[in-house]
Amino acid sequence: MELTDENKKVLVEPLVENNPITLQVLGICSALAVTSQLSTALIMSLALTTVTAFSSAGIAFIRNHVPSSIRIIAQMVIIASLVIVVDQLLKAFAYEISKQLSVFVGLIITNCIVMGRAEAYAMKNPPWESFLDGIGNGLGYSLILVTVAVIRELFGSGKLLGIDVFPLIKDGGWYVPNGLLLLPPSAFFLIGLIIWAVRTWKPKQVEKADFSIQPAHGVVHGEAH
Amino acid sequence: MPESVNKNPEVAQVGFKEKLAGYVETAQVYAQPYLDLPNDSFKKTVAVALALCLVGAVVVSGSAVILRPLQEWNKSKDEKVNILEVAELYQKGMDVDAAFKNIETRVVDLATGDYVESVDAKTYDQWKAAKDPAQSESIPPAKDIASIKRKPKYAKVYLVKQDDGKLKTVIMPVNGYGLWSTMYGFIALEADGETVVGMNLYDQAETPGLGGEVVNPKWKALWKGKKVYNFTGKEVHETNLTEKGQTIEIGEVALGLVKGSVDSNKPGAEFQVDALAGATLTSRGVSNLVQYWMGREGYGIYLAKLRNAKG
Repeated sequence: MELTDENKKVLVEPLVENNPITLQVLGICSALAVTSQLSTALIMSLALTTVTAFSSAGIAFIRNHVPSSIRIIAQMVIIASLVIVVDQLLKAFAYEISKQLSVFVGLIITNCIVMGRAEAYAMKNPPWESFLDGIGNGLGYSLILVTVAVIRELFGSGKLLGIDVFPLIKDGGWYVPNGLLLLPPSAFFLIGLIIWAVRTWKPKQVEKADFSIQPAHGVVHGEAH
Repeated sequence: MPESVNKNPEVAQVGFKEKLAGYVETAQVYAQPYLDLPNDSFKKTVAVALALCLVGAVVVSGSAVILRPLQEWNKSKDEKVNILEVAELYQKGMDVDAAFKNIETRVVDLATGDYVESVDAKTYDQWKAAKDPAQSESIPPAKDIASIKRKPKYAKVYLVKQDDGKLKTVIMPVNGYGLWSTMYGFIALEADGETVVGMNLYDQAETPGLGGEVVNPKWKALWKGKKVYNFTGKEVHETNLTEKGQTIEIGEVALGLVKGSVDSNKPGAEFQVDALAGATLTSRGVSNLVQYWMGREGYGIYLAKLRNAKG
């Protein structure tokens, strides 16, 4: 199928311009939990991208017939069904990884990115565009997840995908691993740094301050009161 | 892989498309009056909700039913791999089921240390039994060093036999609380009932890279050849358990983790394994688990009888 310019925009924009994690700051919970190893981050990315894409397509398919009073719950039924199917598939075909991901696959149901795309895009657009939008946002999430996971696994345990990259001191090598990177708070720091970097590169993404602090009376020099 | 999942796909496909098209048409005829209703009418709200739930339920239960055989096969294979691994019988890519034929599964009464014949060892699940009040007992807090709250009355053992039928390795399922999670695993001892062959905690959710290093093969290798019991310590002689007039000796569980590197020249090194760096609480959990399950409350009596029968 040929992609139109609009299709491409929907697919590429969420990567940096409108990234669900760095701009919208959604889906942080799982980004903290599953990024201590690259393999879990990859599977989680795949699972979330699949769920977002298919749930967006499904919701877009019935969007003209969803009564607004039960809109959210209808979206939830579709999302939850898909998440359970993905969880079952992982247990059947990627048993080892599904054991490590444990509850986090189930928690995709509450991932704000999936709900966010359903509400913001899929309810107003046709299924194919919504599907692409889901893929795009899933990839935007994946990009950040994989970046964080590479940094955490490489510097936290000297490995990538479980293969030794830096030989550790305790195994007779030279690298002293940074234990902090293996703990969830380090993902917070990393995501914060990534957001800072992206917004320095693209100042348009910086949010306007809600209010500005007034200078205190008597501090302003050169003015007589 | 179970073969019942996909029998003759060609046969099933004949006429499937026509049938499906027919179903879709019928569904459309029935659904059209509802689709024409205004979205916010009560009737349509109920109809949409019902239809969505129905579709969701079919998708979810369908996937669960279709994938169940594969999932259970995964689970039992995973357990068998872990058992073979701890007994040092596992090689990558081997036929797990065939290798498992040489392993006999028995059920042991922890209180007497005797084999129980009334329970089917193949289907018995001791961790499920530990949650069932009828098949388990609660552990008084003072004795509950592994923080597991309940223990099953009967426990499983896997016996690896040599070609001549002699016992080679005893593998025992164990559990205990670490820092974040209850860890489940196996301890394998030689037929002498005191020398460690291997130790494998396969189900845990400790901090990856710190406590999670309990799965590190290099660390697991440190357990090989260590001794569990000290028969010359202070609490050695527990002689109130007699069988056929004999006194049996359980011994003091001396095996545990110690900080820093174990100096193999020092006395007592045979009871010591390096603790995990940066994971004091997980290491303590592992020590406690060994202490509990190898002790009197766990497999201690069974192992003492095993040693007694030998020597």
